[in-house]
Amino acid sequence: MAEFLLPPNSRPRPGVTHAAPAAAREPRSLRIYRFNPDSGENPRLDTFGLDAAACGPMVLDALIQIKSTVDSTLTFRRSCREGICGSCAMNINGVNRLACTTALSELRGDIRIYPLPHLPVVKDLVPDLTTFYAQYASVKPWLQTRTPAPPDRERLQSKQEQERIDRPAACILCACCSTSCPSYWWNGERYLGPAALLAAYRWIIDSRDEATGERLDDLEDPFKLYRCHTIMNCTEACPKDLNPARVIAEIKKMLVERRS
Amino acid sequence: MSNRPLSPHLSVYAFGYTMTTSILNRFTGVGLSVGLVLLVYWLTAVAAGPIHYARASRCLSSLPARLLYAALVVAFCYHLVAGVRHLVWDTGRGMERPQARRSAWIMGIVSVALMLLLGALLWGKWS
Repeated sequence: MAEFLLPPNSRPRPGVTHAAPAAAREPRSLRIYRFNPDSGENPRLDTFGLDAAACGPMVLDALIQIKSTVDSTLTFRRSCREGICGSCAMNINGVNRLACTTALSELRGDIRIYPLPHLPVVKDLVPDLTTFYAQYASVKPWLQTRTPAPPDRERLQSKQEQERIDRPAACILCACCSTSCPSYWWNGERYLGPAALLAAYRWIIDSRDEATGERLDDLEDPFKLYRCHTIMNCTEACPKDLNPARVIAEIKKMLVERRS
Repeated sequence: MSNRPLSPHLSVYAFGYTMTTSILNRFTGVGLSVGLVLLVYWLTAVAAGPIHYARASRCLSSLPARLLYAALVVAFCYHLVAGVRHLVWDTGRGMERPQARRSAWIMGIVSVALMLLLGALLWGKWS
């Protein structure tokens, strides 16, 4: 049964406020979710004032600035700072996005930053993605073949066959989509979620893959696939402009079509 | 390790058109199912004979009952149009972001128009 309220140990309490520098030309305020696993206390919401004029343009720049000048214990994942590694996915002003590709100027008013929704929090903005990765692994995201490879060349595809998998293969596994999905919130242990299903689709339609039937068999399950109710939060959230919702509809269609 | 808090979800996620249209579809569906109880009551009254039927008729044409019908008409129209939208989606069409946004607006406008039309028809029958 879905738990709509946060458990008592997870409810954030008001935290500390760090004022913006007095001489700030472009003061912005960031309210950030904090959780310290060593304190034994509930998470709290800290407020950080910032001079956006003296900071890089993106939310990630602001977080790095806060970490290096105000509070070095602020914890978040980041790596590439250009939207290709998927590490800095977080909930910014109510929507899951990458901190590195979200400009401060596109956000109005106070900026609210939370970890990706409905996940166990390791520390501050770092959620535990173990289940998410296990679900990705469960769709066997690799080429499965039965026939031997041609001795003299690779398994070739036509240009059109490659283009079909271009978009789904561009997923960076940031988890923005899956953790934006209410179905995934309520059934995250049994419903695979949009990201894993997108990966499954990418291999189902791969012209070189020879396990299409097994892949579809594996998804034909009331929970793994059919917990998708086409809410469309996933497609709205995807920072790479992919379309997990449409892909899930395509999988459902394939399951119907192969019955007839 | 097991003491890890759960990150906020429903309380922080922006209620955009996606979640709004979806949850309204769920609520109206549940409402319509509950509304079927009225139909069952009417049918049992028919089966129970003229005295019971007369009492049920009085009861079912009272003001609170009529307000309930108004709510059911609203729920029916929304649920019908949202259902058609889902039917189209199930064919894999109309699922790109701009299309889904546009169809949410169309759904809102068409369902309100249907509500007014059906409401006017029923109002005409009663008064």
